Amino acid sequence: MVFSRHPVSAAMFMIVSLVGVAALFVLLESFFLAILQVLVYAGAVMVLFLFIIMLLDVGPEAGKGKLSHFKTGIFGLLATVLLVGVLLTLGNSYDSLALDQSIWPELSESKDGASHSLPFSTKVSSFGYGLMTKYMLPIQVSGFMLLAAMVGVIILSKKTPDREDLK
Amino acid sequence: MMLSVTPQHFLILSFLLVGIGFLGLLIRRNVLLMLMSLELMLNGINVALLTFSRVGSNLDGGIFVFFIMTVAAAEVAVGLALLVALYKKRNSVLSDDMGLLKN
Repeated sequence: MVFSRHPVSAAMFMIVSLVGVAALFVLLESFFLAILQVLVYAGAVMVLFLFIIMLLDVGPEAGKGKLSHFKTGIFGLLATVLLVGVLLTLGNSYDSLALDQSIWPELSESKDGASHSLPFSTKVSSFGYGLMTKYMLPIQVSGFMLLAAMVGVIILSKKTPDREDLK
Repeated sequence: MMLSVTPQHFLILSFLLVGIGFLGLLIRRNVLLMLMSLELMLNGINVALLTFSRVGSNLDGGIFVFFIMTVAAAEVAVGLALLVALYKKRNSVLSDDMGLLKN
């Protein structure tokens, strides 16, 4: 996705990778988050991206300046080295950990969700229970954050004819 | 166990996603594509969080994934609105043309 110059094709590859991440969530047995991933990311965020791409009518990136390209090349090389190092480290620690076959714990679908430690569950109701008890304050804060983002976006995109006076 | 996929695979993929997102953030000059790379990095973090949540049998990681999705959606909305406002002023979405304080 990052190597395609045209924004529309980059967005299409991005949708593919987001749906792939949703499939990984299914593999991790959290179906609610997979549904949420498809709805929020592939449904809302990428539609917004494509809308803005087509609104602004951005084409592929043209030829680049010499110096900035050199700099970004160096930083890209640095990022690649970091990535390969991390992969090698994980790959070396792979053998010792992979032998433990009970590394995916069994899910215990107990009826009582009243324990305080919020065990992992595939049910949506346990999500709701956790959000309404332990994470009561964060969900309200995130609600206010969404409200603030909405108001901010409306103000940002509003036409202000007297903005020239402010300058 | 029926699963031969270990948490290491998920973690390697999560590091890959974050690394590719970081690489894209560095090599792209279009601000739209930079925002998309940020989304990719957040997705990688989500995969790691959910893997640890599943391995540790604790739902807190899943709930944090939920919150990160919320924050990412709000961030995209605000970022795109800022980008449109900037485009109206500058007629460009390239990050090279946004060095207002440079000259």
